[in-house]
Parts: sequence; structure tokens; C-alpha cells
Amino acid sequence: MNRSSVKADRTATFLCWIVAFAVTGTFFWILWDLLGHGFKGISWSFLTTQPRDAGRSGGISSVLVSTSLILGVCLGVAIPTGVGTAAFLSEWIPRKSRVGRWIRRSLDLLAAVPSIVFGLFGAVFFGEVLGFGFSILSGGLTLALMVLPILIRATEAGFRSASEELRLGGAALGLRRATILRHLLLPAASHGIVVGLVLGVGRALAETAALIFTSGYVTRMPSSLLDSGRSISVHIYDLAMNVPGGEANAYATAVVLILLLILINSLASWATQTWLGGRSLP
Amino acid sequence: MSASPRETLDSPQKLQDACISTEGLSVSYAKSYALRDLHLEIPRGSITALVGPSGCGKSSFLKTLNRLTDLITGCRVTGSVRLDGEDIYQSGFDVLSLRRRVGMIFQKPNPFPLSIRRNLTLPLEEHGTQDSAALAAKTEAALRDVGLWDEVKDRLDSSAMILSGGQQQRLCIARALALGPEVVLLDEPCSALDPLSSAVVEDLIASLRESYTVIIVTHNLSQARRIADQTALFWLENGAGTLIETAPTEQFFSQPQHRLTKEYVSGARG
Repeated sequence: MNRSSVKADRTATFLCWIVAFAVTGTFFWILWDLLGHGFKGISWSFLTTQPRDAGRSGGISSVLVSTSLILGVCLGVAIPTGVGTAAFLSEWIPRKSRVGRWIRRSLDLLAAVPSIVFGLFGAVFFGEVLGFGFSILSGGLTLALMVLPILIRATEAGFRSASEELRLGGAALGLRRATILRHLLLPAASHGIVVGLVLGVGRALAETAALIFTSGYVTRMPSSLLDSGRSISVHIYDLAMNVPGGEANAYATAVVLILLLILINSLASWATQTWLGGRSLP
Repeated sequence: MSASPRETLDSPQKLQDACISTEGLSVSYAKSYALRDLHLEIPRGSITALVGPSGCGKSSFLKTLNRLTDLITGCRVTGSVRLDGEDIYQSGFDVLSLRRRVGMIFQKPNPFPLSIRRNLTLPLEEHGTQDSAALAAKTEAALRDVGLWDEVKDRLDSSAMILSGGQQQRLCIARALALGPEVVLLDEPCSALDPLSSAVVEDLIASLRESYTVIIVTHNLSQARRIADQTALFWLENGAGTLIETAPTEQFFSQPQHRLTKEYVSGARG
């Protein structure tokens, strides 16, 4: 190798390191800033008391409950629909069929739609047409629509990455398509499902615009799915933008949100390891 | 036992019935033929070896026998395949039970990424064995049949993926045998294995004679000569796979009739 190509090689390596470091560095910078400002505000009572004085004091218990309920509705609808659609796209129709192309194209478009549009749609369709009003149900369903494209695409990729050997091997033993899907392809696709879920939940937890219009922003403890409820990102937004003196609690809430995301991330991979992977080794 | 199956085959009129027979069988993908106008009878309880160069339709032929061709988009099968006299391509034919009756082993061992036990119980449950005692008995019997029982009986619940290549291939054979098939199709079952495992699997295949009708695709002519009762040569002619010659194995190798067979057997072509 001549000298100039060695130099080019070194420069490229150096640049790659710089870029990688910048990405990681930015994440840690944000984390550092959040923890520095918000960590001292976190305590058991912060998590278990309701917000007072528009959120300036008190905790975030009702916000956490609303967020979990919204997320629950969202995933409860999105996972079965998403995995079902992905299985249909990957296993039931030919890859290049017209139906498949149209479904995929609509999903990609749907993924690119701004969340505020989802919010308006959800407010009109779930809130008014179906009569759910400003409620956790409306919010969760709207989020499900937003999460679906990511979840379906990632799950479909998971199914497709499952080797053709599994399908052929299963079919050669006279297994029904449903059995092959359930026992062989689903565990193989679990990685894609987890990726889709983590991305989807991340998007859902971070969502404000779509939720302000659908699940609303009252801070009281919800007593049913038809109650309005404030999700965690909406809470951060409101404290930071609309409530003078709310910054400290906004930071503390943001730390809780980051911790939640990390927790969900780990839980998701653990769950698929033991649940889907474990099902395959009874 | 006086007459070996090989001697029986030397006089075709003494053949019992044909287990599988094909008439005018052609397979095409999109516009090109993989196999054209194939007439072949497979005697029951014998081992038939299919030999020939790569890409001359041997694997496609195997896949028509359990209708795995159904899974390939754009694949069209014409002509007829009869199993025990019944056309397996007639409409309404039960494909799932066909695949139970006609088992298939692939070139690369393809155990499911499940436990050793589950590899056997999943297909068994699918085909109606639900009782756990029966499942355990059938699992053990199948693993014994392939000589794997003593090697794995203490770790039935570990993943099948940790087995060696030869063990995986025997597990795949056990999985097919557990379903009680009549016919076992083997698509170059030894070519991905090391020589020792290959010998073990070959012995196992030879032991299937008489209990099963075996059709094996192989590139190893000495293997065909060692285990097969009859051997068939496939060749690519005018862009499509065709059957050149079928004969009892000894005759196939010692007095080949067709020019291509002579050249192929002597190593001059192929």
C-alpha cells in the first residue's frame, strides 16, 4: 500500500471516530444536563403524589397513571394489528403483489404524516364521530395509528429475515401455515418486533401534539379509559412552556421519562427473550 | 431372507407395485422448463438414486413428489404424479397429509431453532398425536431409529442447534420418520457433512430400505452404487432437465445403455 492510501485510510478512520463520538457525546450531554437539573427533584413522593399548583409543586402520579393507560391502549391495539398485518404482508401475499405494494406505500406515507395531523384526525374520528371525547381511549387509539407503520415495517422485516429453510422445513413436515407462523417464524421475528415496539413506544411516550387534541391535559387522576388524562410529554411541555416556575419539575419529569424509556427498552428485550424465545424451548 | 431387493429389481416383472409413478411430468418456472416430460416408476421398499450434473432438475423432481413446488411462486407442474395409484395433483388432495406420507430431508440440516424434543413433538402434535405418553414414546422410538437416542437422551430439552451437523441431519431424518411416512425423499443429505458423519448418515439411509421407499439425490456416484437399488441419470437437454436412463444400480454402472450414462459413469462427463 502506498503512502497516500495509508493516509486516506487513517483520515477515514479518524473521521468515523469523530462522528461516532459526536453522536454518543450528544446523548450523554443531554443526559448529563437532565440529570444535573432534574435528578434532585426525583423522590418516592414525587412519583406517588398528584401535581399541585399547575404542576409547580407536588408529584406526577396521575400523569404516570394516564401515560401507562394511554400506552396500554396503544399497544393493546397496535401489537395484534401490527403483527397480524406484518404476517399477512410477509407470508400470505406475494412480495411484489399489487395489494402488498399499496399497503406498504400507505404505511410509509402514514409514517411520514406529522403527529399534529394524527391529533386532529383522532380528535375528529375517535373524539367526535365515535364519541369518545377527550379521553385516554381516544389518545391511545390515535397513538396506535401512529405507531402501527413502524411496528408493521419492523415486524415484516423480522418475518422476512427468518430463513426460507424454516418455511420449507415446516411445510415439508406437513405443518399448517398458521403453525409455521406461530411456532417457527414468530420467535424468529421477535427481534424485529422488539425493534418496532421500542421505536413505537419511544414515539408514543415522546408524543405531545397528537395527545393534546385527543387525551387532553387535565392533571387529575383518571378513573376510567373515557376520562381525560395528561401524558408525561404533555406534562413536560406544559410545565416548560405555560407554567412560570415549573422548570424544576419539568426537568425532574424529563428524567423520569428517560428512565422510563431505558426501562421499557430493557423490559422489551427481556420479555421477548423469555416469552417468545422461551416458548420455543419449553 | 433369500432374495435381496437388488436381485428382485433385476427382473422388473417381479416388481411388486410401483409406489410412485410419474407420467409426462414437467416443471416450469416462469417461462423456462426445469424438468420436461418425465416418466419414472419408483418401486416400493427400494432405494432409488438420482444422479446427474447440477441444475438438471433432480431437486425440482423431488419437490414435485411432496408438492413443495406449491410454495414456489411461478412454479407450474404438469403431467401426473401417482402415489399408491392416486394422483397427488388432483384438486382437493390433502397436501398436508401428503407431506406427512412423503417426508423430505434437505441438503443442509434444517432443525427448527427449538429444543431437540420440540423438533419431534411439534410435527407429531400437528398430525394428531396429543397424548404426552404417546408423544414421548414416539420421540424415543424415532431417535432410536436414527441412532441418536443415546447421544441426546439426557439433553432433550437443549436446543437442537447445538448438535453437530451429522446429528442435526439425523434429527431431521428422525423428525420425518416419526410421522410414519411411506416415502422418504433425500436431497443430497450427506453433501454438507464431514466424511465421518456422512458415513453414519449413509448407513442410516441404507437401513431405511424395505421399511420405506427412498429416493435420494446424490452427486456421489460411489454412494449411489453402495446404497441404491436403482439409479436414474438426469441431464440437461435443450435447456430442460430430462431423464436419460434408469436401471438397476449394478447394471447402471457396469453396462450403461446410453452414451451419456457411459460418459458420466466413467467420469468423462458431468
